[in-house]
Parts: sequence; structure tokens; C-alpha cells
Amino acid sequence: MPINYYIFLAVTLFCIGVTGVLTRRNAIIIFMCIELMLNAVNLLLVAFSKMHYQEMVKLNPTAGIDGQLFVFFIMVVAAAEVSVGLAIIVMMYRNTHSVDVNFLNRLKH
Amino acid sequence: MGITQILFWSLSVLALFSAIMVVVSRNPVHSVLWLIMVFFAISGHYILLNAQFLAIVNLIVYAGAIMVLFLFVIMLMNLNADTEPQKNKWLKIAGVISGGALLLVFVAALKNVDAKAHVAQVARGDIGLIHNLGIALFHDYVVPFEISSVLFLSAMVGAVVIGKKE
Repeated sequence: MPINYYIFLAVTLFCIGVTGVLTRRNAIIIFMCIELMLNAVNLLLVAFSKMHYQEMVKLNPTAGIDGQLFVFFIMVVAAAEVSVGLAIIVMMYRNTHSVDVNFLNRLKH
Repeated sequence: MGITQILFWSLSVLALFSAIMVVVSRNPVHSVLWLIMVFFAISGHYILLNAQFLAIVNLIVYAGAIMVLFLFVIMLMNLNADTEPQKNKWLKIAGVISGGALLLVFVAALKNVDAKAHVAQVARGDIGLIHNLGIALFHDYVVPFEISSVLFLSAMVGAVVIGKKE
């Protein structure tokens, strides 16, 4: 497949995630939109790791493997991030009895 | 139009539709289920690119573990009703316009990519197999791999410290 199809698919998924972060007020859905943006970037990294594969594999049989390992490490970091982030959301719910991010603007006072 | 193209377009349409439904769903449980659908579509794309290890890890880690954690938190807080009062309509419209403007900038910057010269190899190539990825992971990336275990330990301690009652 031409690489620009993958670029446009990943960019559109990323922008849907950005739109969700900007429009929704529920902290959990904002967090899920961040996961969506991470996955769009992962998809683009995997697509780029297979770009020019037929020319590169003659020079180096493992060309492009770094992109897939970066995706693996992004998944590792995302799992750690989700565990801490959901703990923060649970603590916020315990203090304010809501997950609406508009209730958090008291931090600026 | 071969089977690869049909799979690519159907998985792309599924991913984009499910992503839009994640954002517009009123019920958070429905958002989680649509996000699982997005992850399945993206895993299908990984299989199409012959990145089989990442496809399975994506299903196990994201659709299996992280989404269950989200569902657990949503049901723990009893949020599965529509609890989001939407007062400000203009804020929503401004968010959509901002996201659309970002998409417009990306597309305008990237529309001149030469489609014939840059092709992602689909359905072939063995760099995505677990054998080659394992060799590269434990030879070239063994230090980041060990550091990520420390990261997990600190994330676990942090989650317990933040989540425990005072």
C-alpha cells in the first residue's frame, strides 16, 4: 500500500483524538482519547518500519525493526501511564464526587 | 482490487467510524467498547503489515488489560449513566473546529507525498515476527528493556500510593 494512505489514516485518527480531548469534559473519556492518539502514532510507526522494505532488506535483513521495537516500548509506557492516570482519576472522584474536568479549575485559585 | 486493498479499506473505515463513535458516545461504557473496536481494527492493520507480534501484544495489552482497567474504573464509580451536563455548546463547536483545522494543516502539509515512490510493504517481510524482534530486543535494546521494568515498578508503587485512602 502507498505510505500516504497510512499517513492520512493515522493523522485522521490523531485529529479525532485531539477533538475528543478538546470537546469532552469527562476525564475518563479524555484519557481514552489520549490512548487513541498513541495508537495512531503506533500505527504510523509500524507502517514506516515497512517502508522501502524491498530495497532495504538486501542491505540489512533487519531494516526497520527499530520502529517496531519503539512501538513495543510505547505500549510499555502507555500501560504504566494508564495505571497511574486511573489512580489519579479515582482519587479525584473520591475528593470531588465527579470526573468532570471543569471541577478541577479550583487549582488556579 | 485485491484482497489486500479490500482489507485495508474495510479496516480503515472500521477504525475511523469507531474512533468517531468513541468521541460522540454519551455513555462512557459505550465509548470503551468502541475504543476496543478501534484497537481490533488497528491490530488488523498490524497483521496486514505482517507485524504479528505487535498485533498480538496490542490485543493483549490494550484491548485486554488497559480497557478492562477503564471498564473497572467506570463501573466502580457507577458512571455508566449519562452524567455529563453539556452547558456550553460554543466550546464544543470551537473544539471541533480546532481539531478540523489541525487535520487540515496535516493534510495540506503531507498531500504531496509521492505515492508511487514510497510504498509500505504489505503482507510480506519477516521483521515483525517474534524471533527477529526478540533477537533485536535482547541484543540492542536490553538496557531500555530493563529500565522499563523499573518504570513498571515505580508505576505500581505510584498507583498504590495515589489510590490508597488517607
